[in-house]
Amino acid sequence: MLGLSIREVSQALRDGRVSATELCRKCINQIQRTRYLNAFITITEETAMEQAQRTDSRLRTGKGKKGIPFSVKDNFCMENIETPCASGMLKGYVPPFNATVVQKLLDQGAVLVGKTNLVEFAMGAGSTDGVFGPVRNPWSYTSLYREQSTEDPDSDWAITGGSSGGSAAAVASLSSFLALGSDTGGSTRNPGSLCGVVALKPTYGLLSRHGLIPLVNSMDVPGIMTRSVHDAATVLRILQGRDERDSTTVQAPSTPPRLPEHFDIRDICVGIPKEYHAPGLSKDTLAQWSRVADMFEQAGARVQEVSLPHTQHSIVCYHVLCCCEVASNMARFDGLEYGHCSKVDSSTDAMYATTRHEVFNSVVRRRILSGNYFLLKSNYERYFVKAQQMRRLIAEDFKNVFRTGIDVLLTPTTLSDAARYSDFIQEDNRTRSAQEDVFTQPVNMAGLPAVTVPTALSHRGLPIGLQLIGQTLQDWKLLTVAQWMEQKKSAFIRSKVQQNSKIWKYFY
Amino acid sequence: AARSSPADPPAPPRATGRCHQLFISWALLSSLPQMVGVVGLEIHAQIQSTSKLFSGSHVRFLAPPNSLVSHFDASLPGTLPVLNRRCVEAAVLTGLALNCTINRKSLFDRKHYFYADMPAGYQITQQRVPIAVNGMLVYSYFEGRRRNQVVTKSVKIKQIQLEQDSGKSLHDDERSQTLIDLNRAGVGLMELVMEPEMCCGEEAAAAVRELQLILQALGTCQANMAEGQLRVDANVSVHRPGEPLGVRTEVKNINSVRHLAKAIDYEIQRQMEVLQSAGKVLNETRAFDSKSGNTIPMRDKEGLQDYRFMPEPNLPPLFVYESEASVPAGVDPAQVVVIDRLSGQLPELPSVKRTRLVETYGILQEHSFTLVNEDGLIDYFENVVQTTKAEPRKVIGWVIKELMGNLNSQNLNVSQSPISPCALAELISLVESGHISSSTAKQVFQEMWKAPEKTVGQIVKEQDLWMINDKEELQKICKRIVDSHPEEVQIIRGGNKKVLNKLMGEVQRETKGRTDPVQIRAILEKMVS
Repeated sequence: MLGLSIREVSQALRDGRVSATELCRKCINQIQRTRYLNAFITITEETAMEQAQRTDSRLRTGKGKKGIPFSVKDNFCMENIETPCASGMLKGYVPPFNATVVQKLLDQGAVLVGKTNLVEFAMGAGSTDGVFGPVRNPWSYTSLYREQSTEDPDSDWAITGGSSGGSAAAVASLSSFLALGSDTGGSTRNPGSLCGVVALKPTYGLLSRHGLIPLVNSMDVPGIMTRSVHDAATVLRILQGRDERDSTTVQAPSTPPRLPEHFDIRDICVGIPKEYHAPGLSKDTLAQWSRVADMFEQAGARVQEVSLPHTQHSIVCYHVLCCCEVASNMARFDGLEYGHCSKVDSSTDAMYATTRHEVFNSVVRRRILSGNYFLLKSNYERYFVKAQQMRRLIAEDFKNVFRTGIDVLLTPTTLSDAARYSDFIQEDNRTRSAQEDVFTQPVNMAGLPAVTVPTALSHRGLPIGLQLIGQTLQDWKLLTVAQWMEQKKSAFIRSKVQQNSKIWKYFY
Repeated sequence: AARSSPADPPAPPRATGRCHQLFISWALLSSLPQMVGVVGLEIHAQIQSTSKLFSGSHVRFLAPPNSLVSHFDASLPGTLPVLNRRCVEAAVLTGLALNCTINRKSLFDRKHYFYADMPAGYQITQQRVPIAVNGMLVYSYFEGRRRNQVVTKSVKIKQIQLEQDSGKSLHDDERSQTLIDLNRAGVGLMELVMEPEMCCGEEAAAAVRELQLILQALGTCQANMAEGQLRVDANVSVHRPGEPLGVRTEVKNINSVRHLAKAIDYEIQRQMEVLQSAGKVLNETRAFDSKSGNTIPMRDKEGLQDYRFMPEPNLPPLFVYESEASVPAGVDPAQVVVIDRLSGQLPELPSVKRTRLVETYGILQEHSFTLVNEDGLIDYFENVVQTTKAEPRKVIGWVIKELMGNLNSQNLNVSQSPISPCALAELISLVESGHISSSTAKQVFQEMWKAPEKTVGQIVKEQDLWMINDKEELQKICKRIVDSHPEEVQIIRGGNKKVLNKLMGEVQRETKGRTDPVQIRAILEKMVS
């Protein structure tokens, strides 16, 4: 039951094959069984069960909405639920309102089962350095991976990627049918790819950011994680659209009720950006990338190499802009209105300084320091303005390519499959972010929609995902192509997921 | 400066508020041109709106602390700014009234600094492209011994920008704690930047006074300095004309127009004295101390501030449209700011009002200023004019001297006047028709003020103040005076006609002013000739 897609489980609920309460209980049990993954910060068992019961009573009257269990990354605000955002700064902080996207899901009768783990304030690509500890990739506990490991499952396991690692693990480990992540430089797609789930980063402005604790306002987008492209499309339809509380949102283009089951791939032109043959790209991933490109071609799609010449500068500029906005957004955490407050009170300034020093981790502090440096009057032109100019050129690169008739771009999502935790932490957060976000952040710089779809397993038995990038506000078309790719490639991954859920029990 | 040394030039005279007196007399002795003050103003005008600039919380003065604070105002993470269209319209109206160019596209920026009453750690403002630029404010003041020569000047408005107000900090020194009230945090402000084109306190005060009237007429700001709806900071420097501008200081903590003039003049004087004694003017922020009338350096908290400006990423560019026709398709014209629509709403501005008053009623220009300056006084004046046949020029005297004199001495505003326009009109009509003398009328006016429940007629009757118009009775009275003042009569007959005035005064005293001086003079002249 837990391995079903949203579409399938909705049908089961409607048919009465399962009640919302039973479904919710199953998910909560699954979360408990997989606690070792550390995917959740908060399990909202009590409210979830209440909510599921209400849904059931409404279902009985025939007018009820579905009771699909879902989880949410802990950087989305939820009324009366502690939202520490994996930081000591917001320990004990209980927001007084719901994020718009969460509210929209609740309005549909979806049942929140928990808030998922991340890195502190979503800064980083590993889901390894939040105050609640690292998230483990469920695929580390499959027979395929374990057969190749001589070590103990507690010392040899793969990371989930990040920063929405908890959400990806929740969907991959069948604890939720869908999870919300956030995507600033790849934070939804990266763990989605490493955990073998579908992860959509919609067009910037299509989903409301109201209630999302910001990382980079000009790039943040709520991300959608599901186990099928169809499900992602269903959720997108619910979440998209203008929100008067977020002035950067736009009216959603009209979308049909569901993705087309059949469409002619021969009408599609797929671009392969040559700059994405980046150093460090793993053999497995590269092989998978060319295999899928061939697959498109053999099916009759036009496949064409394209150039996005400014790609190589993107990651550096992304970091400059990211640090600047981080420095600015983090300025509000002064301990006065909410959150951690230092006991040092010799002066207001001293209180600010110690409050911030005591709880921000080194990653956050480093980004604040760099951001403030870049924004100094004497540096502004050299860093911020230059990065913004480059950002425009990167966006132009994409536009130029799409103007030549390209419908979607096909790229790897990450350089390789998920790293072992013990290997990953050998490098610092800055280096890891630069490596992990290399294929994902240009999309955020340009505000485009992109989706990663699992297409294969690596020789280590870990998922490999490929990324499709679409044109602004053409999320639907993007998902249509992604669904075609999924149908051809990832049916077997889904079957693996279902098998895995049985194997995990063994390891627990 | 060793002032005692006789070799030193005399100390410059204290500035008294008039520009031409700000010369340094010792400079006249040397070949150098005299030093002059240079004044620019930065004015924060709190926008009169029901809700804040970026949130739905209400705006109200003197509400219980922290009772008007939304999630956004408290900077809860995940909240976003939503621009209040009313505030934009207020800024556009103000820009139009001040002859500004309205930028069709303006941008918002973040200005960072840590301060307890600014919860986000930054203020959203318009640093790069403000909503309005290149305006002009025309203002006037009076010169001359009788302060009745109108001098009209203008000052360029560099820009008007929209920005958030901060909250308020209340320092409790006894318990060494700071209390914070966020009611004001996020209220819309218009920051008006005036070019340094004024030269003294009086000019700056006149400019601010005119600005207050304009803002009040527009309804975009209540502009009460004491309540902080209008906050004026003055940038002051001195230099010799033709030379580059001197180092400037910023004078803050000014809470009335009168203090503004004082603070600027003090500061100009202080800087001149510093330079005169070969000192250096420091680029610093100074606070005006209203008790001593001095400016004193403010504790410089952070040294050099770098505000680390950055574009506000949560707000798209602010578009303002020329006309409904220029609103792009798909945008609801009712939801956007349209300049044409606002131009049509512009009320009669104070300068236009004054011209109209002078032209319509033939009153003096200086009187038109008084009428416009006092809230409700024009209505009062026009009401009186309409209900009496007296010349407006006569009415204005009553309104400005008697009415305003009484109101000012008791610190009342026009609407609190115990004498209604009707009652005053009645009184003036009695003077016009010769039923009471104008000197009696002044007495009656004071009686009316004290006993507003009585009618003019009642008071005149009770105190027996009707004019004596009976020829025979007047003759009798004059005869009595002439007979009892033989010496004076002698002198007049000797050719000194001035002494006749004394006799007239005696008649007035005898009749308690109830006679017409012209008639009395004629009778007396006849009697003594």
